[in-house]
Order: sequence, then structure tokens, then C-alpha cells
Amino acid sequence: MGEMKINLCGIEIDNPIIPASGTFGYGYEFAEFYDINCLGTFSFKGTTKDARFGNPTPRIAECYAGMINAVGLQNPGVDKVISEELPRLKKCFNKKVMANVGGFSVEEYVHTASLLDKEEQVGWLEINISCPNVHAGGVNFGSSEKGAYEIINAVKKSVNKPVIAKLSPNVTDITAIARAVEDAGADGVSLINTLLGMRIDLRTRKPVIANKMGGFSGPAIFPVAVRMVYQVANAVKIPVIGMGGVSTAEDVIEMMLAGATAVEVGAANLVNPYACKQIIEDLPGVMAKYKIEKLSDVIGGVK
Amino acid sequence: MKQIIFEISATRRLTETVFEMKLKGDVSGIKCGQFVNLLIDGLYLRRPISVCDLAGDELTLVYKVVGKGTAKMSEMQVGQKIDILTELGNGYDLSTSGDNPLLIGGGVGVPPMYLCAKRLIEGGKRVSVILGFNTKEEVFYEEEFKKLGADVTVTTVDGSYGVKGFVTNAMQGKDYTYFYTCGPEPMLKAVYNASKTSGQFSFEERMGCGFGACMGCSCKTLYGNKRICKDGPVLCKEEIIWEK
Repeated sequence: MGEMKINLCGIEIDNPIIPASGTFGYGYEFAEFYDINCLGTFSFKGTTKDARFGNPTPRIAECYAGMINAVGLQNPGVDKVISEELPRLKKCFNKKVMANVGGFSVEEYVHTASLLDKEEQVGWLEINISCPNVHAGGVNFGSSEKGAYEIINAVKKSVNKPVIAKLSPNVTDITAIARAVEDAGADGVSLINTLLGMRIDLRTRKPVIANKMGGFSGPAIFPVAVRMVYQVANAVKIPVIGMGGVSTAEDVIEMMLAGATAVEVGAANLVNPYACKQIIEDLPGVMAKYKIEKLSDVIGGVK
Repeated sequence: MKQIIFEISATRRLTETVFEMKLKGDVSGIKCGQFVNLLIDGLYLRRPISVCDLAGDELTLVYKVVGKGTAKMSEMQVGQKIDILTELGNGYDLSTSGDNPLLIGGGVGVPPMYLCAKRLIEGGKRVSVILGFNTKEEVFYEEEFKKLGADVTVTTVDGSYGVKGFVTNAMQGKDYTYFYTCGPEPMLKAVYNASKTSGQFSFEERMGCGFGACMGCSCKTLYGNKRICKDGPVLCKEEIIWEK
């Protein structure tokens, strides 16, 4: 059987499969379906300083080969995440977890990241500077080089664990943002967050989503994600986590060939709760088919 | 929560837009008031449909064609297999019904009332049912409820069949120990205001996953934020906050 282990910012993980933030809660919903310790790690629900209810409903819209969501970073706030969610998570997951951090100011990002940095089970801090669903939120930071630099630089100075900047595709040049966060000291980047999208109901002539617009994800965005991962992997020296519409073991290898060190799986979890387990089980067979002995060998291997 | 492959065993058109589908498969563990989530070829997200009836290894779904998903369902044939997540949602708590519960179903909210009535009657309760529709042409399942032994009142908004008006018109003068209801939100709110006892309400919302992962269908309650798909769809009268 082929070797699936990879090294992500100094931490070795059993395989590169990582359920993406916002599609996997704090893990325990999925632990009802399968033993989630088969995962490389997972990125938990985006956490902010204060508790947030998020946006009004409807928050979800169907699309061709995908979906739009406008949840708006609903979460119980960092204090409750640490006191209630992480102890529950620990009961069903015994590996390092990726803490996903959202915010509305430099101070908030630093506050939340520093608290999560102290948690033993947290292996990496994924800093979401790209949520499309919160007005005046992280996306403003993530859409300019200056803003992205400022957040990552401040967070980096106040934490010890590896910092991964989660980037938005809704920018003119994603490689410029990637270079900015690399300069700010980021240990890795993850991309792409959702593409800003919209659907309109013909009967009511209103947007399907109460917030009008939301983040488009699912297999439909996979080619866009592969392209951006390829561009960013060629622009920076730090590891890239690829995501966007990944649904199969083949998609994982394609994403890694484009330059991804690890791969996050998002929307697929919502349609098939076993998606990540299935991908991990399928990987050895697909690796054998393409004569891959060591998965890490294919990173950036596109010719 | 289970992922089960069901096979369609029967289909029937009940009205112009309402269809019944019977499916064979593992129905163990499914409770009254829960819903199932169907994977439909060519569509991305699963489609949540409330459980109408369970008998042996057969699951009955009754749904209204309102969009692409339900339209595709209405075209499916006997023998076709469907990937379904079952045992979703909290379901109704029937232990609080008292001896003479009232069930109130409006339009596409009628189906979940059927299994509710069946279970309560099995438990020896004297069950009254109010089924609300817009017009005579939309009425379905009246006979099915009567066969269970329930006391059935049908209302139509235009008065073309049964009692003229809304379900709340038929609630006046009824004696009941508790109530269970499902229907469009304006109806639920009217029932809330017209009801004399405590009761349980089943809500609807656009869902992402249907099993509590995505926070797509959250609502605020007096007991904190809840997910319609996981902590609901049934909420108690005492916790509801009407926002819309």
C-alpha cells in the first residue's frame, strides 16, 4: 500500500484529507457516522471572539453541481468553544485539530488566535481572512495585500503554533495576497474559500438567500480552485492546502499535482457524510492505478 | 442517523401537485415527526421530506411538487433505488399528549400528522385531527386519517369542502389536552395564538446537510440557538420566537 503520510507545517499527518471549516462542525456530528480518527486532521467551525448567531435564513441555495451558503460565522464564541466544544471534540478525535479563526478587527483575530494557540489539541491556526458572508468582516482584510499582511503579522507575533492563512478567490490576483501573508510570516496558506455567488427565485423575484449573496462551493468550483492552487503554489515557498469542490480521491491527487501539500474537503461532507472516509479508503487504490508510491511525491508534480 | 438505499415500491398521485411514494428498506429507528434526506440524481443537495408513515419495512413519503427536486421525485418509477439519510431531526414527543390530543396539519404539513395520529391511537388516545387546505381539489388523506379511527375535520379557505376558513376556525370549540401541528409558518403562528394548551410545532427551513453540520437552518429560540434539522424540526410552544 502506498504511503499517504504528509508533513503539514512541521506536523506529520496520516493522510492529507482535512474536512474544511464550516462543513464539519466540531467533529462530533460526524463521529456518529464513522470514527473520525481516520482523518489527517480537520478544521473546526470558524470561531470568533464573541458568540454569533450569523445571518438570517434562508442561508442555503442549490446550484448546478454546488451550493451557496451564507451562514455568517455562527459560533458560540471562543470562550465557549474552549470550555464546551473542545472537550467534546477530544472525546471523538485523538489527533491534532486545526483551529479556524474569524474576526472583525486585528485585535479580535489576535485575541481568538492566542486563546486557541494555548489549547493542547490545536495543531494549526487557520486564519480566515476570506469569509464572504460577514459584512465588514474578514474579507476586507483578505482582499487587500496590506490588510492580509496586517492580520497575519499580528497573529503570528502572538502565537506559537503554525499559522495558515485562508485566502479568498474573490480578488484580482490571489498570488499577491499569498505573497503578502508569506511576507507576514504565515507558515502556510489554504485556498480557495467560496466564490461569491447569488441565486434569484423566479416566483418571488427575490434572492434565494436572505443575505442576497453567499459563498458558492461544490464540484462546480473545482477547476477554479485547481487553477488558483497552481498559481499560488508557484508564487510562494510555504505549503499550500488546496480546497474547492474536492469530492473524490482523484480530485485529491489532481489538487496535489497542482501544488497542494494537503487537501480540504468541504461541501461534499454535507451531501455525503461519509465523503472523507470514502476518499481516504479510495486513495490507496487510486494511487496504485497512477503508480504513486508516496503521496507526498506528487505535490506540485504537474508537468 | 443512517444512510440506507431504499427501493420505490409504489407511487400514487393524490392531487394535482401532491404525490405519495412508498419505499422499502431499513426503517428501524425512524420516529414520528422526523424527516429523511434524499439524494436525487442531477441535483447537488439532498432533499428533506417528512416521514408520513411506517409499516413493516415500508416508508411512506407524501410531498408536494414545489421545485426541481420534488418534480424529479414525482417522475421516479417503482423499482428505482434512492440513497436516503434516515432518523433525522428530533421528532414529536408523544408522551405529553394527554388523553385527547389535537393534530393540526396544513397543506403539505398534513403528512407528518398521519404517523403521529397512528402512534397516538395505538397508544389508546382519542385523537382529533384538523386538516387545512385552500380548496376542495387540494384535499388529501382525509379517508386515511378516518381509517385510523381519528375524528377528522377538514377546512378549506374558499369553503368548497368541509368547514370554511382556516384551521384555527375549526379549533374553536374543540376540547383537547395537547396539540401537535405542522404547516406553513403563517398557519403555525395562527395556531400558536389560537391554542388553549401547550403543543409542539414542526418547522421547515432550507437545509444544507440535514444532520446538524452546516448551521444552514439555524433559528433563535427562548432556549438558545437551535438547528431546525438537528435540534428541531419540532419545537415546543414555550420556546418559540416568531421572527418572520
